[in-house]
Amino acid sequence: MLEQLNEKDFGTPRRIAEQEVTLEIDGMQVTVAAGTSIMRAAAESGVNVPKLCATDSLEPFGSCRLCLVEIEGRKGYPASCTTQVERGMKVRTQTPKLQALRKGVMELYISDHPLDCLTCAANGNCELQDMAGVTGLREVRYGYDGENHIHSQKDESNPYFTYDPSKCIVCNRCVRACEETQGTYALTISGRGFESRVSPGQDQPFMDSECVSCGACVQACPTATLQEKTVIELGQAEHSVVTTCAYCGVGCSFKAEMKGSEVVRMVPDKNGQANEGHSCVKGRFAWGYATHKDRILKPMIRGKITDPWKEVSWDEALDYAAAEFRRIQKKYGRDSIGGIVSSRCTNEEGYLVQKLVRTAFGNNNVDTCARVCHSPTGYGLKQTLGESAGTQTFKSVEQSDVIMVIGANPTDAHPVFASRMKKRLLNGAKLIVIDPRHTDLVRSPHVRADFHLPLKPGTNVAMLSSIAHVIVTEGLLATDFIAQRCEDKAFQQWRDFVALPENSPEATQEITGVQAELVRGAARLYATGGNAAIYYGLGVTEHAQGSTAVMGIANLAMATGNIGREGVGVNPLRGQNNVQGSCDIGSFPHELPGYRHVSDSTTRHLFEQAWGVEIQPEPGLRIPNMFDAALDGSFMGMYCQGEDIVQSDPNTQHVSAALSAMECIVVQDIFMNETAMYAHVFLPGSSFLEKDGTFTNAERRISRVRKVMPPKAVYADWEVTVLLAQRMGYQMDYAHPSEIMDEIARLTPTFHGVSYEKLDQLGSIQWPCNDEAPLGTPTMHIDQFVRGKGKFIITKYVATDEKVTRKFPLILTTGRILSQYNVGAQTRRTENVRWHKQDILEIHPHDAEERGIRDGGWIGIHSRSGETVLRAKVSKRMQPGVVYTTFHFPESGANVITTENSDWATNCPEYKVTAVQVMPVLESSDWQKKYARFSKVQDDLLKNAGDGAGNKTSDIKIKAVAKSTA
Amino acid sequence: MDMHNLIHMANQIGSFFEAMPEQDEALKGIASHLQHFWEPRMRSQLLEYVDAENGKDIAPLVLSAIRAHRNMLVSQKQA
Repeated sequence: MLEQLNEKDFGTPRRIAEQEVTLEIDGMQVTVAAGTSIMRAAAESGVNVPKLCATDSLEPFGSCRLCLVEIEGRKGYPASCTTQVERGMKVRTQTPKLQALRKGVMELYISDHPLDCLTCAANGNCELQDMAGVTGLREVRYGYDGENHIHSQKDESNPYFTYDPSKCIVCNRCVRACEETQGTYALTISGRGFESRVSPGQDQPFMDSECVSCGACVQACPTATLQEKTVIELGQAEHSVVTTCAYCGVGCSFKAEMKGSEVVRMVPDKNGQANEGHSCVKGRFAWGYATHKDRILKPMIRGKITDPWKEVSWDEALDYAAAEFRRIQKKYGRDSIGGIVSSRCTNEEGYLVQKLVRTAFGNNNVDTCARVCHSPTGYGLKQTLGESAGTQTFKSVEQSDVIMVIGANPTDAHPVFASRMKKRLLNGAKLIVIDPRHTDLVRSPHVRADFHLPLKPGTNVAMLSSIAHVIVTEGLLATDFIAQRCEDKAFQQWRDFVALPENSPEATQEITGVQAELVRGAARLYATGGNAAIYYGLGVTEHAQGSTAVMGIANLAMATGNIGREGVGVNPLRGQNNVQGSCDIGSFPHELPGYRHVSDSTTRHLFEQAWGVEIQPEPGLRIPNMFDAALDGSFMGMYCQGEDIVQSDPNTQHVSAALSAMECIVVQDIFMNETAMYAHVFLPGSSFLEKDGTFTNAERRISRVRKVMPPKAVYADWEVTVLLAQRMGYQMDYAHPSEIMDEIARLTPTFHGVSYEKLDQLGSIQWPCNDEAPLGTPTMHIDQFVRGKGKFIITKYVATDEKVTRKFPLILTTGRILSQYNVGAQTRRTENVRWHKQDILEIHPHDAEERGIRDGGWIGIHSRSGETVLRAKVSKRMQPGVVYTTFHFPESGANVITTENSDWATNCPEYKVTAVQVMPVLESSDWQKKYARFSKVQDDLLKNAGDGAGNKTSDIKIKAVAKSTA
Repeated sequence: MDMHNLIHMANQIGSFFEAMPEQDEALKGIASHLQHFWEPRMRSQLLEYVDAENGKDIAPLVLSAIRAHRNMLVSQKQA
C-alpha cells in the first residue's frame, strides 16, 4: 500500500566520480561511479539487498549485518553498504548461506521486539517488518521470555513525536541523522551491549535535550521507535502530494501524506532540490494552524471598526468592498487606494494583486512586505550586478572554502540551509561571522567561527568598507577578473575611495567596535581562502544604510572574483517563503514583473496590450508612504492580502493611527490578525494546503504549491482577487493558477520558459528560464554580469540618525527564533509555543546588573517611539550596550518601540537599530494596557458577529487535524 | 505628507550620493532616485516646499539636485 508513498531507498548516498566501475552482481553487468557501495550498485540495477541500518540519506554504518554479500575470491561475508565496488568484482546477494545468516540476525532482533505489529503505528510502513518477510523469518529459536526492553517507558515529552525504546533496534540511524543531516548531535547511544539505547542529551527527555525537533531522526527511524503523534493517532496515509513549505525562504519541498483531504504528516521530499530530504520543526510539524479553530471562514463587513462584524455572503462582501473603493476614488481621487500583498502568498496571487491595482484601481499603489525586509537587496544587487536576486544554489555551499555570514542567524531563521552549511564547515570550510550577537554559528558544540566580528548595530557599511580597504591596500584584488568583468572607471573610483585611511580597520575600529586585527584577518581569509561565499540576512538590509551595505557586499565579491561559479557568490537569505517571488512578479510600486520600471514605455505598452488598460508611468506609494498619505488624508482605502502590517511594521502607533484614518480596509487572511482589527471587510483566505500556485525561494527556485484539500472558505486566494477585480469592472479570466503563470511567462523575459508542465517535469526551476536557459539558471553571472560589466559603487558610511544618548543609551535589535515565524500567526497556533510562548528581551549581564535587572524579571523598554514591557533574559550572547528581542507575539509590542527610520533607497525600516533605555518595572506599559482593551473589544465584536439569523461566528467550528495542534 | 519626514528622506538620499567623486553625477543620481522611487504627490510636495521655504533644512547637495533637475521631478500629470 505504501509503495507509492515511499521513495526507493538506495541504501547509501550517491557518489559522483568521473571514473566508472563495472562489476557483476547476481550475474548482471552493472556500471556505477567509483566509490559507490555494492548495496547502492545493486539497488540501481534493481537488486534490493536486505538492510536495516542503511538508508541513502546517511553514510554507511555497517552494523545491522543484514546486507552481507558474497564476493568471489574473498573470504567471509562483507557488508554491502560499507564495501565499495571494484572493477571485475563478482557479487552474490542471495545464497543459502546468506539467507541463513540474515535469518539468524533477524531472530536476534525479534527476540527483543514487541510483537504487536497489528496495533503498531508503523504497521505497513516498518522496515523491520519488511525484513522479517524478506529473510523468511518463521520462528525465533531464542523464545520471547528472556531479558528484553518490551516494557521500557515511552518518552512523550516532544509534542510532535514519541520515543518508544521498546521498539528500538539500535540501528543508529536516528543518531546519524542528527549528526549528518541536522548537525546538532543531540542523540547518542547510551549504555553498552544489551543496555544500549538511544539517548537524547545526557539521558534526558527529548524536550529537555538540545534536540531542535527537526524530525530527521523520526524520518530515519526504520520502526515505530520514533514516530509522529499524528501517525499514531490517524494511521498511515493513503496518498501523498508534493508541495512546498510556506515558512522561510529556503522553500523546502515536502510530501504531504494524506488520508483523503486530511494531512497525516509532512515528510521532506528527498528529491526536493532546496532541501534534499531535510526539514525543520516548523515545516515538518507546525502545519496544524491550517485547521485551527481560529480560522475565519465567512466573509464579514462592518461600517466602522467599532461596529460588530456582520457575516455576509461572498457576493455581498465583494460588492461592498468594490463599492467602497469606487466611492473613495470618486471622493479622493484615483490614487487614494492601493494594495499590499504578503510575501507569504504565491507568485500567482502576488501577480494578480498587482494586476488588480494597476488595472482596476488604475494606479501603482501596490507593495509587498518584502518592502520591510529585503527591498535593499533588490536595489543593491540590481545596481551592482544587474539582477535583484541571489547568485547561487543552496547546494553551492558544498563547494565553498570560506563562508562569510553577515547579519544572519540561519540556525534559527533558515535552519535547513544552516544544516547544509554546518555540514560543509565540519568538512573543513572556514567561517567568518559578522554579527553583533554571539549566534549559534559563532560558537556551539560543533561549530566555531574562525573570525567573529561583533560589530555595533548600524555599522555594517563601515565594516564592509574596512574589509575592502584591506583587500585593496594589501594587494589582494582579483585584478584579472576585475579587468575583464567590471567597469573600469567605477572600479578605480571605488578603489581610491576604500583605500582612504578613514576606511582602514584601525580607523573604523572606533565606529564598529571591532579590533582592527580581527578585520584584517577576516578580510585576508575571505580574499585568499579559495572559494568564498557571502550569505546575509536582515541584519544587513534592515538599516538606514541597508542598500549601501548590499552594494558593499557585491563590491567585495567582485573585488575578489568570488562570483560567477559554484561555491562563491552573494546570497541573500530571504525571510519569508516567497520574498524573492513577490519581488519578481511586480509587487513593488515602481516595477512591473521582471524588475522593469513603470517608466519604461516599451514594457508598459507590453502590459497595456495584454491587460487592455493604460498603466500609470510613475511609481506608486510604498508601504510607509501609504501610512503617511493616510494620515495626510490622501490615501483612504487598502486591499491587504495575507499581510499583518500592524504587527510587523515599525512604530505600531503610527501604523494604527494611519489605518484608523482610512475609510475602507479590506483584509484577506486566514485569521483575524492585528490588521484585521482595523478592517471594514474581512475576506477569508486559504492556507498553502488549500490552493495551487508557486513559491520562489532565496535561490530563485520556483517550486509548485499543490492543493491537498479544498479551500475551507470556498475560494482560494487567487480566486478572491479575480472576483474583486470583476466587481470593480475589470475582467480576469483564469480557470487555474497555471494560466496565471503562463501569463507571467509570456510577459516576463526571465520567466519565458516557465510553466506548470515544466515544473512538473523538472521538479523546480531557477529563473532565468527562457530560450537561452531552458532548464533554468542555477548560477548567475557566469560569463558576464546581467548588466554587462559589474559596477563597483562607492559605499560611504553614514551614521544612523537613531543615536544613542544618555536618555536612550542601549541599542535594541530584533530578530527571530527557530520555533516561531514572523508575526507568529501560524506558529503561535501550533505546539511550537511549547518552545517559545512569549517574546523576551535579551540583555548582557553587565547592562542588567547596572540596572538591577534580574533574569526573568519584567523590564520596561523605552524608545523615542514608545514603550513596552517584556521579561528579561540575562545572556552573554549579547554584547554590552545591545539588547535583543523577537516580535512573534502581538501583545509584546516589539514594534511599538521601533522607529520609522528607514533605508535611504527603499524605505526598508531600520528594525535593527533603535536607541532604548530599559529599567525594571512592575506592570505592563500604557500601550500594552490600551492594546489589551482594544483587543478585548475587537474579540467581542468578532464573537458577536452574526448572520442575522442568530448564528454567531464563535459557533463555527472546523475540525482540527490532531489534538496536538488544536 | 509629513514634510519633516520627506526632508529627512531626501537628505538621506543626498548622503549616499555625496560620496560620488563627480558632482554632476551626484546631482543627477539624487534627482533620478527621487523620480524613480517617489510617488508624484511626494515629489510635488517637496517641490512646493522648496519654492515656499527656499529649501530650508534640505541638504545643499539635495537642494542643488532638485533645482538642477526640477523637470525630472515634476509629476507627469502636472507637466
